[in-house]
Amino acid sequence: MGAIESKVSEPVSDESVLVNAARNGDVGAFEQLVRRYDRNVFRIAQHITQNREDAEDVVQDAFLKAFQNLGQFQGQSKFYTWLVRIAVNEALMRLRRRRPERTVSLDEDVKTEEDSIPREVADWSPNPEQLYSQAELKDILSKTIQGLSPGFRTVFVLCDVEALSTEETAEALNLSIPAVKSRLLRARLQLRERLNKYFKRRNGDSKQ
Amino acid sequence: MTCSEFLKELSDYLDNTTDQRIRAELEDHLHWCHNCYVVCNTTKRTIEIYRDSQLFELPDDLRNRLRTAIIGKCKQHKAKTDA
Repeated sequence: MGAIESKVSEPVSDESVLVNAARNGDVGAFEQLVRRYDRNVFRIAQHITQNREDAEDVVQDAFLKAFQNLGQFQGQSKFYTWLVRIAVNEALMRLRRRRPERTVSLDEDVKTEEDSIPREVADWSPNPEQLYSQAELKDILSKTIQGLSPGFRTVFVLCDVEALSTEETAEALNLSIPAVKSRLLRARLQLRERLNKYFKRRNGDSKQ
Repeated sequence: MTCSEFLKELSDYLDNTTDQRIRAELEDHLHWCHNCYVVCNTTKRTIEIYRDSQLFELPDDLRNRLRTAIIGKCKQHKAKTDA
């Protein structure tokens, strides 16, 4: 069984030039950084907040904060990792505002290992995506990931949707690498378990 | 290798970050354990489905509106700090 292929990163060769120019007040250079990463920041924000308005606010506030604080960006990490860190913090803050009754933290955790032990082991249809329309599938995926705790879904989104490395995710979330790995495994297994009911092979599906 | 040992290594196996010796042990386990084979396969599909889902794409009109707002605020900030 093959491993997951990772996304190819965009070239970042000119990025330090843009970051330096933006740091010196060049708004045009900063606009290019916004164009490069606004889709990613929006996706991350929407995944964490699960709310469209909040995600829009997160995009605006994260980029503005990044512009205002570029002087503190040391250049030891990638600009994108630094930006993601700002965006995740903004998104979690909004989530806390909306759900003050619930603890929302990346450290929050993590009942027991049992939450990730596979309970239902059924193979999936050969092409689960074809069982549903594009809109239905998006609805299923969105609802399913919404059921994960914010800490788990944030790690899953950064590693598996945005293709950040474990090290970059750890840096962006201020977590240790073992903590990221543990959350990622459990997030993947929990999602798998929850998607089973939609994708498992039904009677009459042809075997491959 | 037991199933729970396999499960602990599953992420590293899917990310191709295990060393060769452990990878061989995992593949040996997969060879005879149908349950772990299914869990491994469906977990891999889970990742691929989310990665390819284009969930929460930013529509062009909203994208333009957000960028205009961001750049406007950045210019305001710059004007204040320059003053």
